[in-house]
Amino acid sequence: MTPLVKLTGVSKSYGSIRALRDVSLEVSAGEITCVLGDNGAGKSTLIKIISGLHRHDSGTFEIDGEETELANPRAALDRGIATVYQDLAVVPLMPVWRNFFLGSEPTRGRGPLRRLDVDLMRRTTRSELLRMGIDLRDVDQPIGTLSGGERQCVAIARAVHFGAKVLVLDEPTAALGVKQSGVVLKYVAAARDAGLGVVLITHNPHHAHLVGDRFVLLKRGAMAGSHTRDSITLDELTRQMAGGSELDELSHELARVAQSGPQPPEPAGPAGTTAPPRDDTTR
Amino acid sequence: MTASAPAPAPAAPAADERLAPVPLLRRLLGRPELGAVVGAAAVFLFFSFAADSFLRASSLSTVLYSASTLGIMAVPVALLMIGGEFDLSAGVMVTTSALVSSMFSYQMTANVWVGVLVSLLVTLALGFFNGYMLTRTKLPSFIITLGTFLMLTGLNLGFTKLITGTVSTKSIADMEGFPSARALFASQWTLGPVTLKVTVLWWAALVALATWILLRTRAGNWIFAVGGGADAARAVGVPVVRTRIGLYMGVALCAWISGQHILFSYDVVQSGEGVGNEFLYIIAAVIGGCLMTGGYGSAIGAAVGAFIFGMTSNGIVYAQWNPDWFKFFLGAMLLLATLLNAWVRKRAEAK
Repeated sequence: MTPLVKLTGVSKSYGSIRALRDVSLEVSAGEITCVLGDNGAGKSTLIKIISGLHRHDSGTFEIDGEETELANPRAALDRGIATVYQDLAVVPLMPVWRNFFLGSEPTRGRGPLRRLDVDLMRRTTRSELLRMGIDLRDVDQPIGTLSGGERQCVAIARAVHFGAKVLVLDEPTAALGVKQSGVVLKYVAAARDAGLGVVLITHNPHHAHLVGDRFVLLKRGAMAGSHTRDSITLDELTRQMAGGSELDELSHELARVAQSGPQPPEPAGPAGTTAPPRDDTTR
Repeated sequence: MTASAPAPAPAAPAADERLAPVPLLRRLLGRPELGAVVGAAAVFLFFSFAADSFLRASSLSTVLYSASTLGIMAVPVALLMIGGEFDLSAGVMVTTSALVSSMFSYQMTANVWVGVLVSLLVTLALGFFNGYMLTRTKLPSFIITLGTFLMLTGLNLGFTKLITGTVSTKSIADMEGFPSARALFASQWTLGPVTLKVTVLWWAALVALATWILLRTRAGNWIFAVGGGADAARAVGVPVVRTRIGLYMGVALCAWISGQHILFSYDVVQSGEGVGNEFLYIIAAVIGGCLMTGGYGSAIGAAVGAFIFGMTSNGIVYAQWNPDWFKFFLGAMLLLATLLNAWVRKRAEAK
């Protein structure tokens, strides 16, 4: 099957700064490709190339097997690539259904009677969210009253509804608590099951390993590894992500944890506590 | 824990403990107009007892008239505030509009309708100027419109003195088209004891139109979005610049209606008028539930705010109090309304 999005040997420089060097990545329909890396590893640059904000300098960028250069984010959207940024692009004081259709509101009637199709908007919002497994009591509530995880899910559902084939998620779990992260990961999995290709950017190997099919590790702008789910364990992924000199420090830390019982090794996302949502999805 | 195969997503989770039921009372509290309606009822009751003549039909028409002259401007100002901006030039723009209309007709000895149309174009251009400057410079609207306010104040006086030699315009009452223009902008009917001014109809029509735009059109959705989160709005494709300029031109359009009313109620215009009225419009909008920071409010709320203004300004007269107290009332209501709004917003944004 042709991958929906395939990057081969992509590089990008900003002036004299080489933000990305020779990075390859692919994502197919119904798959989740995780991009892992620490701060400054080049994750944001990679998203900006995929979502059409920046153009790559060298390498190839294929969509549906066809080499492309995206002129702007609109072009990316037209090719079915939707990006959900960390700020989510929602207006907190507006009701969920108005946010859902913001910028692409369906209308009925003509001329001066052209008006929002409010019924359709409400109904669609409810059903689309339900399809993603979010059961909102009231689509009229301001979106600001939803939790961070739910807002993330609405943003994902919106991208799915507007015909995204590839969903690029920029650290969807970064600002969330453990339980909320679980909820979001479930909806990421739901989007995958709906047949979308997902590029999940994260710095949390635990979250990545829960849902990912492929893993691309970035370090200081270069690829530090590319793996499929079968070829790597969580421990290995964590170790690779820590990598190099930091590895000693981490193993030291882990050793102490092993002695003192099941304490979380790092605040980002202990595997033990993110497990429950995964259990839900396997049931 | 690290199961290998991706599993199907679960069905919708059963009763979700994160979503508490929303009581009816809280929903009512979530309406932007609520504070204004409660306030209006309180003010009405207060003056019903404090002033014997307040409940007479003739008093009602006076109250409605003052409410309508303010309300015609409070409605577009409310929309503008929902869109997250201010217009400090709105008060003098009304005078400018009246002056342009009057002086153009008089100097050109043209049909007054020509002056009325020229005034419409000039006023809309002023609104466009405000919006264009705002979106191009990205300076706060407070500064931009403060500049327009001062410039217009100066131009109003300067041009009027230059052209007529005095601070007011010459009478246009005997000019062609005056009666028909007066019928449109400043007529009145007597229905039994009630005198109904045409401004009340203009006001009602504008409230209905603004409410329709806000709640049922794409433009309305964009107004809320531009005020509530301009960056998010831009990111999903809302034409932010066009929306903002449109809002300023809406204020200008209503300033034109209001200006023509002033001109045709009398037949001369005092060039120094209108200064300070911009704050009354903003107060009416804020009492009516518009947030100073944008993204929240309603046209009906602003109408109720204007009605409170009408009741208070006339009620004090009917109660035979010293009208010096009026400004105190206005200030106190503004504070109360703002406190109520801040509280509502906190609840609306509570996580």
